Amino acid sequence: MHDKSLRELATGLRNREFSSSELTRHFLDRIGQHDSSLNSFVTLCEAEAMKSAEAADRLLAEGDGHVLTGLPLAHKDIFCTRGVKTACGSKMLDNFIAPYDATVVEKLSAAGMVTLGKTNMDEFAMGSSNETSFYGPVRNPWDTDLVPGGSSGGSAAAVAAGLVPVATGTDTGGSIRQPAALCGVTGIKPTYGRVSRWGMIAFASSLDQAGVFTRSAEDAALVLQAMAGFDERDSTSLDREVPDYAADLSASVEGLKIGLPSEYFSAGLDDTLRDVVDQAIKEFERLGAEVREISLPNSGLAVATYYVVAPAEASSNLSRFDGVRYGYRADNPVDLEDLYKRSRGEGFGREVQRRIMIGTYVLSAGYFDAYYLKAQKVRQLISDDFRKAFESVDLILGPATQGPAFRLGDKLDDPVSMYLNDIYTIPANLAGLPGMSVPAGFVNGLPVGLQLIAPWFAEGRLLSAAHQYQQVTDWHRRVPGDFS
Amino acid sequence: MSMQGWEVVIGLEVHVQLKTRSKIFSGAATAYGAEANTQACAIDLGMPGVLPVLNREAVRMAARFGLAIDAEIAPRSVFARKHYFYPDLPKGYQISQYELPIVGKGHLEITLEDGSARSIGVTRAHLEEDAGKSVHEGFGKASGIDLNRAGTPLIEVVSEPEMRSAKEAVAYLKKLHSLVRYLEICDGNMQEGSFRCDANVSVRPAGSSEFGTRTETKNLNSFRFVEKAINFEIERQIDVLESGGKVVQETRLYNPDTGETRTMRSKEEANDYRYFPDPDLLPVELDAAFLDVLRAELPELPDAKAARFQSEYGLSAEDAAVLTASRELADYFEAAASRVKDAKLAANWVLSELGGYLNRDDLEITESPISSDALAGLLARIEDNTISGKIAKEVFEAMWSGEGDADTVIEARGLKQITDAGAIARIVEEVIAANAGQVEQYRAGKEKVFGFFVGQVMKATQGKANPAEVNRLLKEKLQG
Repeated sequence: MHDKSLRELATGLRNREFSSSELTRHFLDRIGQHDSSLNSFVTLCEAEAMKSAEAADRLLAEGDGHVLTGLPLAHKDIFCTRGVKTACGSKMLDNFIAPYDATVVEKLSAAGMVTLGKTNMDEFAMGSSNETSFYGPVRNPWDTDLVPGGSSGGSAAAVAAGLVPVATGTDTGGSIRQPAALCGVTGIKPTYGRVSRWGMIAFASSLDQAGVFTRSAEDAALVLQAMAGFDERDSTSLDREVPDYAADLSASVEGLKIGLPSEYFSAGLDDTLRDVVDQAIKEFERLGAEVREISLPNSGLAVATYYVVAPAEASSNLSRFDGVRYGYRADNPVDLEDLYKRSRGEGFGREVQRRIMIGTYVLSAGYFDAYYLKAQKVRQLISDDFRKAFESVDLILGPATQGPAFRLGDKLDDPVSMYLNDIYTIPANLAGLPGMSVPAGFVNGLPVGLQLIAPWFAEGRLLSAAHQYQQVTDWHRRVPGDFS
Repeated sequence: MSMQGWEVVIGLEVHVQLKTRSKIFSGAATAYGAEANTQACAIDLGMPGVLPVLNREAVRMAARFGLAIDAEIAPRSVFARKHYFYPDLPKGYQISQYELPIVGKGHLEITLEDGSARSIGVTRAHLEEDAGKSVHEGFGKASGIDLNRAGTPLIEVVSEPEMRSAKEAVAYLKKLHSLVRYLEICDGNMQEGSFRCDANVSVRPAGSSEFGTRTETKNLNSFRFVEKAINFEIERQIDVLESGGKVVQETRLYNPDTGETRTMRSKEEANDYRYFPDPDLLPVELDAAFLDVLRAELPELPDAKAARFQSEYGLSAEDAAVLTASRELADYFEAAASRVKDAKLAANWVLSELGGYLNRDDLEITESPISSDALAGLLARIEDNTISGKIAKEVFEAMWSGEGDADTVIEARGLKQITDAGAIARIVEEVIAANAGQVEQYRAGKEKVFGFFVGQVMKATQGKANPAEVNRLLKEKLQG
């Protein structure tokens, strides 16, 4: 059952080929068998999952329910789940149980999906390898000596290994698209504001956006449909109608104008990966798309800009973790300052501390203008680049990463090299654009991803282009040998 | 203290708690006095993943204030985060407005004791959330945190450094206090912290155009404390300067028990607040149509009301100012005045008798045991000669103690004035007959004795005789 798409599983449930309880049991068993080698889950909700599955079965027996009813799901541990620990990959929240559900959790539960558990992630979503987690690194199902990417590494690995058919993620600078590429699954980050951030633990508020990992674009369309929409609890969510993504999947690629940013094909890109992307471009041309080269001249400033804006917001967002009301609290503080210093010093890992310090620095009196304000201006330029590009093209295509997955520990002591992992994904976050990573082939036996970027709110176009591509390729059907 | 040669410069920062029902960024209630931490939701507690949503009513109230002080209302204002660590600040930052406040430059007119008027500039007023409270007593070596107040909407009203004495500062503060209550945006309760003032004080040699180094004094929760703290600070700073020292820029705390201020933290210890625009909130955009509606909804404000009281009721400027200091008092006066012939009579009674009793019993006008209707009922009995002004005071006292309305008291106590000329004439004749000696003195030209006869008649009638009638009859009979 684990090699089926979500759509196929939904059909199987309706046709009584299997029940939600059987499906849920199957995936829970797979997690039990295989996750010790991956560490993709941090919390399992076995009893609750079986209960939800039984409820789903009753609904399905009456012919009721949503298309997603009874289908298993995992949430990145950044989404608050009522009554279930939400640690965000951090010792700081190792004892935190939220009294509320994130909107994403609420909506997918309301659609009848069955939550199997919470997936591992980089601490507070800060990382590109899933090595900064307090709960240990996640391993790549294609080679367990390699990283799965990050920060949503647990979700990507779990879907790739067939431990769950769909998992949520968040993407601040590439945290869905990069691990999706490195694990060979489909990952989508919608337009900023498309999915509510309520209950999603904030890393960088102006960049964070929730999305999903699935085995296909079609599956992503089904799940995104249920996640998206205005939420009055999130002032930055957009009150804009959500189109019927699934219905739009059949839209033809014929005549679609696809832009290839020259900056995404320059030095640094792995040669074999470049060939993979060239093959994908040919597929799109065969499907009738018109491909042309474009320029996003300020792309080269994106990583630097991101590493001012994101840490600035993070340093502020993470101020609430002070050991006073919840979360980790240092033992026997001698005074208030000691309580703060030790709770935060002991509760946060090194990467989080590094980013808090960078962020505090760039917001400080005397440095604010030179860093934060300047970065905001460059951010606007990057956004303008896209705006101009989308005057002449419908979609932008390029690689999701510069290369395939790397070895655990390889970049841990070299933050700058680690940060450069997101060189192709960060611009879409800075501009708030929807982006997607789709399996496009292999480099040295490791999956790599094709990145698609659409104009604001054109998730439907992303999904249909990816779906059409997946009709003529089978990269998204490849599964890692140890988990088939 | 010698102020000789020194000029005082005072600017005030006033935190005005807006009386919205729910908090500025959450749905939790704002009511004062609830059990600790029972009015703080996940948002107020700064839980992970929660997000603020702006309360429309708070924006409306802030804009209303801006319109009332004739200020520029920003078409676009922005919330920013102000960072510092303190246990009663759950998120580690306060959501406030920094570079783009909702209310820009405006002004308040104040009247000084000598009757002269001044206009004091308001630099800005911005919306922000209040912090919680730290409770340092009752927890041994630890402190308690009550987050009920966290997230209560405030406007911080910042004045220009244009006040030149503690008295001017208090006049400004009282005017602001009156205004926010007129606007019904704040309950004005200083004890409960709904209206809090920080005073920036500096002194400079008279005639100097440069400001001296200022201190900021906090914790001033009554008008009296504001005056005392500022005067203490003026004296202290002059002493420092006259003995060759330098005033240190710092935050000071007023101690109401000693009447003194002391250092709280120096400029060096001040936080770098690291303001930046809050990415969780959109800019607040107000269009002209919205402001037009608010402008049309503004009540008559104190200055306009005082002017009208002078022209409409013939009151003195001073009486009009006192009567309009609070909207409730003004409303009380107008309600009473509308039911009597002589509005000045109503003004006198509200200001003297009623004011005195309220003061004595420490009551607000809204808590007066005598309603405006009841007072008007009493005044009507003076006007129709049922009772004299003197008897009316007795009736007022009885009404205050709950003996009923004026007519009930007059009836029960038999205080009805004797106006029957025949009845008064009989008493006058008795008095004249019983006091032959005084009659002789009077007739010999000692007119002062007339008062004695009035007193005797009043005594005989227990004060109920109509004074005008007594005068007329006495004069007539004494002439013989």
